[in-house]
Amino acid sequence: MQSFTVHSGLVATLDRANVDTDQIIPKQFLKRIERTGFGQFLFFDWRFHEDGSTPNPDFELNRSELKGASVLIARKNFGSGSSREHAVWALDDYGFRCVIAPSFADIFFNNSFKNGMLPIVLSEADVEELFVRAAEYPGYKLTVNLNDQTVTDEFGFVRSFDVDSSRRHSLLNGLDDIAETLLDEDKITKYELARTW
Amino acid sequence: MLDKIWESHLVDAPTGKPAIIYVDLHLVHEVTSPQAFDGLRLNNRKVRRPERTIATPDHNVPTSDRTVPIADPISRKQIETLRNNCAEFGIRLFDIGDVRQGIVHVIGPENGYTQPGMTIVCGDSHTATHGAFGSLAFGIGTSEVEHVLATQTLLQFKPKTFELRVDGELPRGVTAKDMILYLIGQIGTAGGTGYVIEYTGDCMMSLSMEQRMTVCNMSIEAGARAGMIAPDQTTFDYLNGRPEAPSGDAFAKAVARWKQLPTDPGASYDLSKSYQGADIQPQVTWGTNPGQVRGIDQSVPSPSEFDDATERKSTELALEYMGLRAGTPLQDVSLNRVFIGSCTNARIEDLRAAAAVAKGYKVSGDVSAMVVPGSGQVKRQAEQEGLDRVFKEAGFDWREAGCSMCLAMNPDKLAPGERCASTSNRNFEGRQGKGGRTHLVSPAMAAAAAIQGHFVDIRDWAYKA
Repeated sequence: MQSFTVHSGLVATLDRANVDTDQIIPKQFLKRIERTGFGQFLFFDWRFHEDGSTPNPDFELNRSELKGASVLIARKNFGSGSSREHAVWALDDYGFRCVIAPSFADIFFNNSFKNGMLPIVLSEADVEELFVRAAEYPGYKLTVNLNDQTVTDEFGFVRSFDVDSSRRHSLLNGLDDIAETLLDEDKITKYELARTW
Repeated sequence: MLDKIWESHLVDAPTGKPAIIYVDLHLVHEVTSPQAFDGLRLNNRKVRRPERTIATPDHNVPTSDRTVPIADPISRKQIETLRNNCAEFGIRLFDIGDVRQGIVHVIGPENGYTQPGMTIVCGDSHTATHGAFGSLAFGIGTSEVEHVLATQTLLQFKPKTFELRVDGELPRGVTAKDMILYLIGQIGTAGGTGYVIEYTGDCMMSLSMEQRMTVCNMSIEAGARAGMIAPDQTTFDYLNGRPEAPSGDAFAKAVARWKQLPTDPGASYDLSKSYQGADIQPQVTWGTNPGQVRGIDQSVPSPSEFDDATERKSTELALEYMGLRAGTPLQDVSLNRVFIGSCTNARIEDLRAAAAVAKGYKVSGDVSAMVVPGSGQVKRQAEQEGLDRVFKEAGFDWREAGCSMCLAMNPDKLAPGERCASTSNRNFEGRQGKGGRTHLVSPAMAAAAAIQGHFVDIRDWAYKA
């Protein structure tokens, strides 16, 4: 799994609450059997007009100055709805390394960590401040430091974020969950043998 | 109850790390498994417990003639991939053509695979459905699917507990679907985030197993990964005699064990909320998430009714997408399509409820309506009871089992701008087809709307014998 330590990148904002995984990656794209290539379908119904290929100029992420954005800022309950991990794959493949929001839906939050993507929870007030700054400063960038657990910009914004220590460890080191669990395989066998029901 | 199931499935609980939880039952379908099986192959791993794993294609399957090959080459490939993976890894597959094929959350319970006290997972968020049996059941992503296949365990942080109590009686015409829609409207689409909901109260416990499944199914729409209802005699009676449930002596032993599961009297939850069944009306969603819902007596809201700026904006966007005007009475909203089906409401009791409404009536000339049974077995039972004839005579399309128009990954979908009364679980933008407008309702409400061409108050319906 790709690791995440420190990342500096261009910020893109999505001013919507409850962005569900059907918007992040519509279902017709879930038919793929690979893990890759989902970035082209990210926010498909918002990014493109009816014809599926003409970019919708009104959609925030289509603005030319946001090309290459790698830090996404959104409103509360990001990633709600379906458990599709394809939503994370789409964000990742498109180029986002982290998402900052006041809150995330559980399954999406969990799926992010499995793919080296860092979901960061900041307060509504702090997220609002980031929206304001992103609108004010052209080419607004943020530095996300998982070692220090900080989010900083070039204009004095410094905030700490919480992250579970084991998740942080896995992300810093790009650990593979299955390999880690199999180190304890004897415990699984022991459990199975001890079961009487 | 969560604590009891958690403790009995704990393989390891290292400090500062997620627990390792054993998985009793792993349900697999074609959409979220291909990459997981690929991962196993790449790393030279086998499925640890194929005997604890069952699979079925449901999201992509056409609900029309299944004797011909699937038209969409990508759908066809995904289903073939499941077939090949199950053969390669030794997993039992209920394939198209097998009467036991169907929506994964319908076939688990009806065959007796789903049992109280189990941990049950699937790469699908509506896995919460199985919690109706007093099991810990939740949706997982594809990476976790691979983890379960390889290790038969999951790394999990223990969720908090949320008691959602409903007491009293549901008024006539108000169903389990209305109850859960109402509750989601009350607590919000993130009200349950971080929690496992335990549904309690005499109103809740008066529900049948299928009704309990409807309630638990939509737990995820309130943000809760899992929802559960304590097992009781209703549960045991349902399971008695089902092919995969224990039988004879083993059944009696199992029941004795299952009776230990309910939450101890006086135990405390991290959060508790209570409601009265009598307060619940038949519900209709008006917006683009399941929390944007009102009673049938009410009207489409105006953004100005909401204090929070983000809610106001969400409402504006929803009204625009849904093509609705604030203040329109819900009973004035007319429809083009009706879909009766999905893992929420496609079991035999749901079909009976819809058929009772449809009997003696005809679907409105402006509406195209379909009924999709949840599995081959539900379909067969419905046909034995003559429900298919009732639907067909009324002008409903009677289909084969699958997820169908819940999420339009198969040929059943809405065209842009079409408005649909649906018994499914999500009304997100584009869910049933790009530009499609979804209103979530109960099966009886959907059938009535198909006949009248607009939403009606099912409590006033004139049933014909």
